[in-house]
Amino acid sequence: MTEPTESTNKVAPRKDSTSIVKKTLAKRYAAEKRFRFYGAAAIAMSLAFLVLLLGSILVKGLPAFVETHMLIDVTLDSKTLGVEEGATQQQLKAANYHSLIKKSMRGMFPEVKKRKAKKELYKLVSTSAEYKVRDQLMANPSQLGETISVWVLADDELSSFYKTGALADRSKLTHTRLSEQQIAWASTLEEQGKLRKKFNTTFFKNGDSREPEQAGIRAALMGSILTLLITFLLSFPIAVATAIYLEEFAPQNRWTDLIEVNINNLAAVPSIVFGLLGLAVFINFFELPRSAPVVGGIVLSLMTLPTIIIASRAALKAVPPSIREAGRGLGASQLQVVTHHVLPLAMPGILTGTIIGLAQALGETAPLLMIGMVAFIVDIPTSVTDAATVLPVQVFLWADSPERAFLEKTSAAILVLLVFLIVMNAAAVFLRKHFERRW
Amino acid sequence: MTTTNLVLLLLGLGLATFFYGRQKAYVVSKSHGGMRNMHSLPSQHGVMVAIWCALPALLLVLFWKLAEPAVISSMLNSVIPASVMDGGDKAIGLYKNDIANIIESGKASSNPEKQVVADRWVALSSISSWVLLAIVLAIAAIGAATALRKISPDTRARVMVERVVHWFLIICSSIAILTTVGILCSVLFESFRFFQQVSFVEFVTGTKWSPQTAIRVDQVGSSGSFGAIPLFTGTLLISAIAMVVAVPIGLLAAIYLAEYASDRMRAFAKPLLEILAGIPTVVYGFFAALTVAPAIREWGELIGLSPSSESALAAGVVMGIMIIPFVSSLSDDVITAVPQAMRDGSYALGATHSETIKKVVLPAALPGVVSGILLAASRAIGETMIVVMAAGLAANLTANPLEAVTTVTVQIVTLLTGDQEFDSAKTLAAFALGLMLFFTTLVLNIIALHVVRRYREQYD
Amino acid sequence: MNTKSNTSAASDAFDNLKETVGVVTVDDPKMSARNVDVFYGEKQAIYDVSLDIANNEVIAMIGPSGCGKSTFLRCLNRMNDSIPTCRVTGEMSLDGEDLYGAGLDPVLLRARVGMVFQKPNPFAKSIYDNVAYGPRIHGLASNRAELDDIVISSLQKAGLHEEVQDRLDAPGTSLSGGQQQRLCIARTIAVSPEVILMDEPCSALDPIATARIEELIDELRENYAIAIVTHSMQQAARVSQRTAYFHLGKLVEVGSTNNIFTNPRHELTENYITGRFG
Repeated sequence: MTEPTESTNKVAPRKDSTSIVKKTLAKRYAAEKRFRFYGAAAIAMSLAFLVLLLGSILVKGLPAFVETHMLIDVTLDSKTLGVEEGATQQQLKAANYHSLIKKSMRGMFPEVKKRKAKKELYKLVSTSAEYKVRDQLMANPSQLGETISVWVLADDELSSFYKTGALADRSKLTHTRLSEQQIAWASTLEEQGKLRKKFNTTFFKNGDSREPEQAGIRAALMGSILTLLITFLLSFPIAVATAIYLEEFAPQNRWTDLIEVNINNLAAVPSIVFGLLGLAVFINFFELPRSAPVVGGIVLSLMTLPTIIIASRAALKAVPPSIREAGRGLGASQLQVVTHHVLPLAMPGILTGTIIGLAQALGETAPLLMIGMVAFIVDIPTSVTDAATVLPVQVFLWADSPERAFLEKTSAAILVLLVFLIVMNAAAVFLRKHFERRW
Repeated sequence: MTTTNLVLLLLGLGLATFFYGRQKAYVVSKSHGGMRNMHSLPSQHGVMVAIWCALPALLLVLFWKLAEPAVISSMLNSVIPASVMDGGDKAIGLYKNDIANIIESGKASSNPEKQVVADRWVALSSISSWVLLAIVLAIAAIGAATALRKISPDTRARVMVERVVHWFLIICSSIAILTTVGILCSVLFESFRFFQQVSFVEFVTGTKWSPQTAIRVDQVGSSGSFGAIPLFTGTLLISAIAMVVAVPIGLLAAIYLAEYASDRMRAFAKPLLEILAGIPTVVYGFFAALTVAPAIREWGELIGLSPSSESALAAGVVMGIMIIPFVSSLSDDVITAVPQAMRDGSYALGATHSETIKKVVLPAALPGVVSGILLAASRAIGETMIVVMAAGLAANLTANPLEAVTTVTVQIVTLLTGDQEFDSAKTLAAFALGLMLFFTTLVLNIIALHVVRRYREQYD
Repeated sequence: MNTKSNTSAASDAFDNLKETVGVVTVDDPKMSARNVDVFYGEKQAIYDVSLDIANNEVIAMIGPSGCGKSTFLRCLNRMNDSIPTCRVTGEMSLDGEDLYGAGLDPVLLRARVGMVFQKPNPFAKSIYDNVAYGPRIHGLASNRAELDDIVISSLQKAGLHEEVQDRLDAPGTSLSGGQQQRLCIARTIAVSPEVILMDEPCSALDPIATARIEELIDELRENYAIAIVTHSMQQAARVSQRTAYFHLGKLVEVGSTNNIFTNPRHELTENYITGRFG
């Protein structure tokens, strides 16, 4: 203390400080309350966004799980079909069902005469009606010449209109491309009990289609599964091997540092850049097939590697060193310690990370656009080199379609995608909760 | 025999030789007075035999399959008609595509000339696969036999196996580096070709972006213009809107969760926030294009503005929502990492909770928060699907969030989807844009990781 | 030495302990505690402690680790409020005002009862801002000159001013451990508290820095009531006028420091200060 007396006097407790503090209190507590409110509001807002997002998709998507069927009476007359009694399956397959359906539609509304009106009438039924009747006839060739009643798909416009209940109450759907005449026909059909709603199985059975009522997600779903399979087969072993190397074997040197820096940076590289890599390297250089799940899987596995590696390293790091020392103390080699003791203990954590990485890959779209997985796929892919698309890309494609009915299909496809993601994440949470040990 | 079957066969052989080798090692150990006289365990001998049997053969299959297309293709040239050969690489490529289609269809071609080439191709492929099978089986047999002869008490099978595994681990861990190199090569190489056609200066300073090159030579505007400034400003505009949404909400949410929320509230709200991060971007894109954009247009018209149907605002706001969880979870981590002692010091001086947060905790956590924001920004810049679906293609140079803008990622997607020729400036431009994107995000990430590492060291 | 019998005798003495030995009260107390119990959830940490803290005097609280001396100290400015499971019963008061009463605001209380912690905990701010923090949040200075005045005089009082006057803008964390602790003391003084609580303020410091702080505590006594928790009996003997000995959550003995160290009345106190356990 240089000047003890002076400093002592200066910092003697000021008797007024308490009253000064008292005066500020009200204002400070108001600020405290405000700040707390901002925080709560931020959370509330984020959750509101979540609810809005999921809610709007749920509302839009749920109708797509219902489809509208129409009962039509078809006379399988051989003249219209252009086939004879005892025709071969081949001939039956090539017959003219198109006219047959038209004829049956005219039969239901004989008063329709004008060409334009007829065209409108034909539009009420889905083009898939032909295939339905064809399949039925091919299964029972003896029915040729008979009149049968078949439930066929209604066209998407009619379906959207009917599903919302707008026939009874027009205010429920203000926006429709159906004409007044078409709506009148639909009412008649409804009165005759020839329209019905059913769970939409088409959506899960078919591939993509230009006709919304026939479009399904089967092809995209299979594409996703095949792509994810490749992703898993590649990324899991590579990521685990990398994590084991970095955690258990790697010497502290430049090369190891370089690997670590690379992994951290790759984790933050935009996904579309991986798409460029896939296009330039795997498609143009290695000439792998375009649009194929195998390329998609490779690209996505490179993309998910960092996620799985980082999770696996964390899981390995969490295994206490005492376990390793115990193993080594018994004369086990480093590799034996890892494979016999460390890896089994770290496995739940590694699997959790893998599932999260795969969930990420399942939702990824951009890099797959680059490697041509945006094709219009009707056929369901059966091998990893078939042209295919995946669920999120199917969502992207449908979102671009002008038909109203594709709007609900898009939302429905999103719902299916989200269900898969929820299941995967729930599995990850389950693994973490039940198997991960805390040391 | 397909490659898959061949690989499966080799794996099967490996498994079989493993059991055989292990059995043999048992027998050998008996004749040498029991297991304790063996250097390695029988199963390690088994693995050694399996590796000798399958590994060289598998490597051969890999290299063979990589080289096969090119070799067969060049061998085909002798039977391709001269008229096609004279047409240059492009014509040959098209011709070969035709042939491939013929083979795939499985039907005879109407064109006998092409049928000859197709037959030749099929024959060559079949020869190749039979030769491969023969060589591979020979190698597998030799390898297995060699290894089986080696089984003896002194053989260090474990050391050999571990060395192979060690190398496998090293190779796997190098894939991260290979990926980076692959990305760099693919964008650098194609960008280099692009900058041979379009000057770099024009690319980074030009304000007009219309990459459509003419199909016919005499068409107007045949050159196309590649001024990327509108793309950069569009990307910045949308990212800025996203950050304006995400940073305050994310940060405040993180503060609330870390400082105020009860444990139950935290256990409830945190996973829900994380759901926002787990939703695929294509879903956000759909939401932006079909829910937010129309809403913005309606509201805009209500107050007398005329927002474009694909406004930057819609894409930016939705992207901001997507980024909230990134900002909040990164900030949450750094806020909880601020030592309790520092908070206690503030409370002990009579600070309220919010004063402590604003004046002590946040300044201490600032580096971490900043790096979280940088990472989020890099995410926003590289985000693709939301902007592809909601931002549009119009390369407007504007700062008005109600107008349509386009971004770097949108243009990459647009330029590269659909049919492309790989030497047109239009296609190559996508790679130049990819290069810009890669470096921008890389720099942001490196800075962010550096800052956050320094921050962690401070409190460890 | 017959340690075993001593220990068992001590534990008997502890079980039989009904009342604190010595006089817990003082004339005109600054703070006082009466029959205080503290619980963490189900677990009781403090049993029925009564103690007064006098003006212009240093009271040392000693005892083996886990004896509740820090817990008791933290209750005196309600630092335990941040622990949700912590519950305090009994009476504690400052100038006769109930600490845990509805009328008393913890913010105001802490402005009047400052605290210095075991480990120096400067904020991630400059030296100047560290000291100015308290006056700023409480609005104690109406202008920059006044604030400068408070900061400099606080640093002077804490004996740190000479060492840091050229680098007031340097971060507080750039100082040495002893300097950081003096910075924390300066920070506490700057709010002009009436009582200063110190929770083992020297345990993280080297002997020279410790000596500086002890010197400082002695000087501060002139204007403040000071309560210091310490694990070092020598320190208690050097800086305090009164000493309170805690054992397993109970206050065993209180008395003038001189008496406690030269003539302990309770067996446990004696065992402790003679080094039989610690």
